[in-house]
Amino acid sequence: MNSGDTAWVLISSALVLLMTPGLAFFYGGMVRKKNVLSVLMQCFIIMCVLSIQWVLFGYSLSFFPGKGFWGGFGWFGLNGVGFEPYTDYAGTIPHQAFMIFQAMFAIITPALIIGAFAERMKFSAFLLFTVLWATFVYDPLCHWVWANGGWLRNLGALDFAGGTVVHINAGIAALVTAIVLGKRVNLDNNIPTPHNMPFVVLGTGLLWFGWFGFNAGSALGANGLAVNAFVVTNTAAAAAGLSWALIEWMRNGKPTIFGVCSGAVAGLVAITPAAGFVSVVPAIIIGLLVSVFCFTAVTVLKPKLGYDDSLDAFGVHCIGGIWGALATGLFASKLVNPSGADGLFFGNPKQLLVQLLAVLTTVVYTGVVSWIIYKVVDLIIGIRVSEKDELVGLDLTQHRERAYTVLE
Amino acid sequence: MKLIIAIIQPDKLEKVKEELYKADVNLLTVNEVLGHGRQKGVTEIYRGAKETGNLLRKIRLEIAVNDNYVEPTIKAIVQGAKTGNIGDGKVFVLELKDCVRIRTEERGHTAIG
Repeated sequence: MNSGDTAWVLISSALVLLMTPGLAFFYGGMVRKKNVLSVLMQCFIIMCVLSIQWVLFGYSLSFFPGKGFWGGFGWFGLNGVGFEPYTDYAGTIPHQAFMIFQAMFAIITPALIIGAFAERMKFSAFLLFTVLWATFVYDPLCHWVWANGGWLRNLGALDFAGGTVVHINAGIAALVTAIVLGKRVNLDNNIPTPHNMPFVVLGTGLLWFGWFGFNAGSALGANGLAVNAFVVTNTAAAAAGLSWALIEWMRNGKPTIFGVCSGAVAGLVAITPAAGFVSVVPAIIIGLLVSVFCFTAVTVLKPKLGYDDSLDAFGVHCIGGIWGALATGLFASKLVNPSGADGLFFGNPKQLLVQLLAVLTTVVYTGVVSWIIYKVVDLIIGIRVSEKDELVGLDLTQHRERAYTVLE
Repeated sequence: MKLIIAIIQPDKLEKVKEELYKADVNLLTVNEVLGHGRQKGVTEIYRGAKETGNLLRKIRLEIAVNDNYVEPTIKAIVQGAKTGNIGDGKVFVLELKDCVRIRTEERGHTAIG
């Protein structure tokens, strides 16, 4: 047991938790003011509901060792998850520290999907969907990629901090969401503008800050690997924010703060799977290019295909996540992390194929199961609010609260 | 010339705008206002405390038109905003003495459209 490692993982857990309120402001600023509370509410209730789901059975399903579909109920209610290290996952910190660190990932992942169904999903349906999705999509996938006995882990797929499990996973679910739910009303003649851009900037700041816990914390120790993850995370976010602004400058004439924020988040997404395996120059390349891909996805692909991914959860998290996963297969190096693998550019082309397999598995599995869950929830309670409720806004119709007053 | 002022439900603005454009009325000013009608409206709850009878949020439209546009404008607003429920709003029609287009200093009928 190492007290420095334990302290770092606990601090990182708190940092990752802060990302969900950060995401709430990031998304909340982008919606119209009649819907801002609904987004904040969705993010916060996920913190409440999934914290409980995770300690009761989510952690057990995800991480109890085994070769099956998921881990099973061996650690139900944290039974057997104590204060001694569980060496297969983290040898120098209490098992419960690892558990609570992972809890924060299980919380933010379904929260990312909110970006796709914002402004039109029924609150009750959202709650049911979230619990089912966490249990039948997140927990199995988490098991395959990270748990002892998981088949993608055994194949050698590299995912340092959750490019597949978190970002591609949530991003594909977001695309399914946008397609199943359909467009918001009045979208064609009235494209909604973000109601509070400073919120978007505040949210981005909190996300960037919290992401140090997400990526550097995934080293599960206060060591050189954590420092590498910290440095490349910051570098990739910076490169991507800059590159998005430059693309806008060239294409639209002016760089925007919204663009810099979108770019920074895309950079953070892309470096996530790679953070513990690549060095700083690849991080710059990963960051510079992710904005090109994500910018194209949200400004060309989305209008062309016509799906209404309200806040670009698919365009940023899935596209950025896929690029990150593949880039890991290109740039990974054993010089950075001896327990990792070499990528294509370091003489091991097979790694790229393994990464591709992990990406495809996630896309297919998550896509299909998310679609089934939506259909089930739609049958039970209906997923979309009425048109009248959508026009009035979700704050008043789903929560009987409003964010802003007119006079006082 | 008349000045038409309409108070409507906020969620009807898009519909009303659509109807106005159909009637070839393209110049309007929109405000978010608070008002007290006979309607209790959507009740808000803050931490369990019910608040009723407070001022309700409405949209106020101002449209200046020549006389031959008065009826089409009223019709368009009603068409877009009517649900048949209490709280749909009101349309006021006021005499308008003059109108100046600042850019050209034109006055009256030519300035209005």
